[in-house]
Amino acid sequence: MSDKTIHIERLANGLTIVAEPMTALRSVAMTLLIPAGAIYDPVGLQGRSSMMAEWLPRGAGKRDASEILVELDALGVSHQQSASTSHVSISAAMLGSSLGPALEIMADMVLCPHLGKESFEPIQALALQSLQSLEDDPASLAMTHLRCRYFGDPWGRHAGGTPEGLQAIRTEDIRQAHADLIQPEGAILAVAGSMNFDQLKDQVVRLFGNWKAKPVTMPDSSPPIKLVEHLTKETNQCQITMAFPSVDIKHPEYYQARATLAILGGYSSARLFTEVREKRGLCYTVYAGYEAMYRQAAAVVYAGTGADRAQETLDVTLAELARIKRDGVTQDELDMMRAGLVSGLVMQQESSLSRSASLASDFYHLGRVRLIDEIRGALASLSAEDVSKHAAGLDLENRAILTLGPQPLKIT
Amino acid sequence: MKFHEARLANGLTVVAEINDQAHSISAGYFVRTGARDETPEESGLSHFLEHMLFKGTDRRDALSVNRDFDRVGARHNAQTSEEDTIYHVTALPEYMPAAFDVLSDIMRPVLREEDFDTEKLVIVEEIKMYDDNPMMVAYESAKEAHFGRHPLGQSVLGTVDSIMSMRVEQMRDYFRRQYAPNNLVLAFTGNGDWPQLFDMASKHCESWEPAETAKRLTPESTGQGGYRTIERADDQQQTMVLVGSAPSLEDPLRHAAALLATALGDSSGSRLYWDIVHPGHAEMCDLSYQEYNQAGAYFLFMGCDPDNAEANLDRVAHVMKRIRETGLNQAEIDRARNKTLSRAMIRAERPMGRLMPLGGYYTYFQRYVSMDEEITAYESVTVSDVRQVLDRYPLRPLTLSTVGPRTDLKMVE
Repeated sequence: MSDKTIHIERLANGLTIVAEPMTALRSVAMTLLIPAGAIYDPVGLQGRSSMMAEWLPRGAGKRDASEILVELDALGVSHQQSASTSHVSISAAMLGSSLGPALEIMADMVLCPHLGKESFEPIQALALQSLQSLEDDPASLAMTHLRCRYFGDPWGRHAGGTPEGLQAIRTEDIRQAHADLIQPEGAILAVAGSMNFDQLKDQVVRLFGNWKAKPVTMPDSSPPIKLVEHLTKETNQCQITMAFPSVDIKHPEYYQARATLAILGGYSSARLFTEVREKRGLCYTVYAGYEAMYRQAAAVVYAGTGADRAQETLDVTLAELARIKRDGVTQDELDMMRAGLVSGLVMQQESSLSRSASLASDFYHLGRVRLIDEIRGALASLSAEDVSKHAAGLDLENRAILTLGPQPLKIT
Repeated sequence: MKFHEARLANGLTVVAEINDQAHSISAGYFVRTGARDETPEESGLSHFLEHMLFKGTDRRDALSVNRDFDRVGARHNAQTSEEDTIYHVTALPEYMPAAFDVLSDIMRPVLREEDFDTEKLVIVEEIKMYDDNPMMVAYESAKEAHFGRHPLGQSVLGTVDSIMSMRVEQMRDYFRRQYAPNNLVLAFTGNGDWPQLFDMASKHCESWEPAETAKRLTPESTGQGGYRTIERADDQQQTMVLVGSAPSLEDPLRHAAALLATALGDSSGSRLYWDIVHPGHAEMCDLSYQEYNQAGAYFLFMGCDPDNAEANLDRVAHVMKRIRETGLNQAEIDRARNKTLSRAMIRAERPMGRLMPLGGYYTYFQRYVSMDEEITAYESVTVSDVRQVLDRYPLRPLTLSTVGPRTDLKMVE
């Protein structure tokens, strides 16, 4: 797998193409990230980036909304446009032969969307309903509140915005946001799968070469916030969510951090699954994961369980966090974690969409792309002592615990 | 892609679709059993049993099952539906022998009483989790209302009562009856060597005893056109599921029905999208086609502001009426086909993406249905095939289940 070629081309205006031809695949996928996500929404207009993303395909260049969807359907392109905390993104997967024509349409959506007045009300209505639907989904709702509290404003924002923000937004706000933020400096176009790179590059230069840069300043992040909070909601289950500081992807202990969290709750024989679900039958879903913003990262823990068993679930979960910090990890656990991560990396070679998302994410966080062999090598050189040492330094003091359900829990 | 099949003396069918280009290989046991095969006292048993298979065997306890999969980086999972229970694993080719050893081992579980009692609690948590999800609540009740006394109306999860009152002997009986090798298909997809895979399958499975499996009842399902309403005053949205009868898995019209569903209710670019989602009337309005053994259904999922629910039901009725009148034109069929085939081909690039169609179709057709055969079938769907589907399954009456603050909603035909 070391003979993989990854092309990285930065255009003069700042747009970077990151491409990996994958000869075994007939499909190709693209992920376009533009630094225009929720962190750039003005206070009071939260949700602007999401509304903008939804607006892009509703008429652009010489096509109206219906012509865009009809053509993409005819090309067999599955596509999605959305806003995240940091980016407005467009992703699409298709058979290789559709890439050229699909890119023409995508370029129009980015560069010359109509942003016609007639679309404003529908988009606003959809955005408001999407917040309603979040309110009806306790697990997502709890995680959304946790991120919001822990990362603070603006990095903890839910990209969908707030009802007040959505209601305050006007057509002109979105047109202005498009003029100011949809620009190439810092934008990444990642493409993976069946392609001819030279053709792709020529086309991207032709389509995006004249796109004018208008650099934006990334807002600072705030220090993570320590808290314990309960949100009351009459649900069957209690949602338990937790976040505490971790290291970012550029940090020398990054792989130790990922290993620690995987061993804690990243696969089926991981500690939380074993102790909380297998041994005690306390819940159906429990996991630990890793979330990275640009300058900071967090460990995230989740468990959903019946209100009557939530206290025990929380107690066992906290005890497991304390145990991994105190006792570290074993060689056997490390080997298991490694086998899982390596398999995942190799299997990524079978999916153009997940590979294109990884290319984009690596380039955003690192300014380069890690080859699979590099990651394999880094994982291979980890020792149980390294990982235990990292675990001993886990900052469990500065944790945020947010629960959502009928009754608050006691933190011991 | 090269296809192979063979049968062991005990009746277990082994099939494989080998793809040398793949980086991984998937294996799956397809058990032809699900909620529709349960007696009323057994409600939820198929799914509960699926959990119990991971709780240990003569050679492994639950922790070893998980560890032995994880040790080789295998991705494993299981799922239970109304009519199938499927256990599958995906691994790098060099690790398949180890992963397959665990997967086959768990197919002969010990079903210890102590594990049975602990796992009941996990199932109850799963039921509670779905009870907190309005779409799942609406879906379950819509299915029950639509199928009525037909076995497909039976719940996959069961109820807290049916689970808590279940005895381990019931499960052991059910296991003996339904998990006999003659009621299973073992499928492999991806990068592997057929003689080696078949040897491996023989070694692990040849001692399994065949048994007489209960005959599945497949009465005709006419659809009830029923109505259910569940009040959840605190919900922000009104969640609605509508169900209409559709061609069965065995019906040659199933490809036409699938394209009709895509043109009518895909999440983007479909008729329902243009009339309901695009103008912002509902955040979600998707229709999909579900094929079952000797039955079929369209499911429409809608979520919107409660104040707009009535108007949206009218809009749905209007879209349905229009499609009954006009059918689909050739251009719509072409677009739906391109979308469907492009998605299927992308899915097929992963061995796991081929495992489900391979094992699933083999279970019901007892023959290989290749990707090429599916492509040809979709390519030959005509305007008049779609017309026939609409004449036989006219999307009325529709069963409606609604969940949320409103309890006064009706489906107007």
